[in-house]
Amino acid sequence: MIRAGLAGLGVALAAAPLGCFVVWRRMAYFGDATSHAAILGVALALATDLPVFAGVLVVALAMALLLAGLSGRWVSSDALLGVLSHAALALGLVAISLIDDVRVDLEGYLFGEILAVTARDVLIIWTGAALVCSLLIWRWQGLLMATLSADLAVASGMNPRRESLILTLAMAVTVAVAIKVVGALLIAAMLVIPAAAARPLARTPEMMALFACLIGAASALGGLGGSFAFDTPTGPSIVALAAGLFALSAAFAPLIRRAE
Amino acid sequence: MPRLPAGIRIMSLIATQGLTLGYRGNTVLRDVNISIERGEIVTIVGPNGSGKSSLLRAIIGAMSPMSGQVQRAPGLRIGYVPQNLSIDGTLPLTVWRFLNLPARACRADVQSALETAGVKGLGNQQMTQLSGGQFQRVLLARALLAQPDLLILDEPTQGLDQPGAAAFYAQIEQVRRARGCAVLMVSHDLHVVMAASDRVLCLNGHVCCEGTPQVVADAPEYRALFGTGTGGTLALYRHDHDHDHHHDHGVH
Repeated sequence: MIRAGLAGLGVALAAAPLGCFVVWRRMAYFGDATSHAAILGVALALATDLPVFAGVLVVALAMALLLAGLSGRWVSSDALLGVLSHAALALGLVAISLIDDVRVDLEGYLFGEILAVTARDVLIIWTGAALVCSLLIWRWQGLLMATLSADLAVASGMNPRRESLILTLAMAVTVAVAIKVVGALLIAAMLVIPAAAARPLARTPEMMALFACLIGAASALGGLGGSFAFDTPTGPSIVALAAGLFALSAAFAPLIRRAE
Repeated sequence: MPRLPAGIRIMSLIATQGLTLGYRGNTVLRDVNISIERGEIVTIVGPNGSGKSSLLRAIIGAMSPMSGQVQRAPGLRIGYVPQNLSIDGTLPLTVWRFLNLPARACRADVQSALETAGVKGLGNQQMTQLSGGQFQRVLLARALLAQPDLLILDEPTQGLDQPGAAAFYAQIEQVRRARGCAVLMVSHDLHVVMAASDRVLCLNGHVCCEGTPQVVADAPEYRALFGTGTGGTLALYRHDHDHDHHHDHGVH
């Protein structure tokens, strides 16, 4: 139970600040496609006896780089993302079914299996989360600048492409550490929902990231507790609680704005 | 950026040599040789698609030339005010926080930049709540925080009404006087520009003509593009057939 709590917290702390950039840069579909590719990563890991984390990391990174490369060239990247996102998911499911000598708990990879995390998993999750958070803190100003305007960033002597690459890398790491906790189908939710819920509460980007962390952490711990109390699946319980907090924050948004 | 051979010192802030720009093989602007000197106000005019924004983007380094080069004075500091900056509604950003990008600035500097740009006291507002004129001035203030030698503005008065635009240009002139920086801007407001610039560059796929506002206003190339304005001298300048732009589209 403590391990599950630590795993959930780790994922929330990586996903929340990264999720802010996903929201600001309108990359929600991008997150979706990258996390769906995780299933393909699971298949790769099973086929090659790699650890699941490694397989997911490799495939998520490849997917994220592919998307980042394509997004500049296609005008309508919305449809493209839709195609790639579901193609990755479907291919992953097909690939896993082909590895028939392994009994695979598919549901665990789709919806997460936080109660089954080992001490080693927790270590990997926290290492990944620490990596994502330090990347974001280290490049914070540059990432914000590149998010606001690529031309402004260039004029200030920055390289917006490098900043995008850092977000892409952070995204792949987050997907890899989150798959055991919330599963491939709900990783994107952990990115977007806490950040969206934090928006009405914040006046600066830093406050929004901080509130997103708090909301993400509360959802992870609360969802875990709730799933114990009501015997519901843990991953979906975490996301459901986050969605509830979003609804609450959205409902109070007009009041907060008036108070300013 | 190519390095200059040791011992050669360029006096210009910016100098382009044979600069040719384009997107995906389509040339937008060819063979531009211009220079910007310290402290002068240079305005670029030209019809839509004439390569004005591309030239600015090449100068700030956001666009790489198809051929030719842009030379910048060593240590040149550029302050850039983009044509439009749409801030996503999901990004909470106070004016104060915006002015601390890309580098953290000290309070006094921010205060003084806001004052020079004519928007002091706006620090705590959200960027998305500013009016068009305030927004442009905040962009100007941010550009000033870099202590620029050269201020580059891309159609800074887009979306402002005429009095608003005139007030903005007056502000630019005041900034130049206060900070001594050179100004390079693209503008559509011909009347105002002609009054406020030291030098005008007229673009239409290449540099049609350049010089003092008076020289450019009298140039046939300029008149072919923009007419003769309200001067009532239209009859004197019937040169529809004597300039060479039509040849660009024909067979050589």
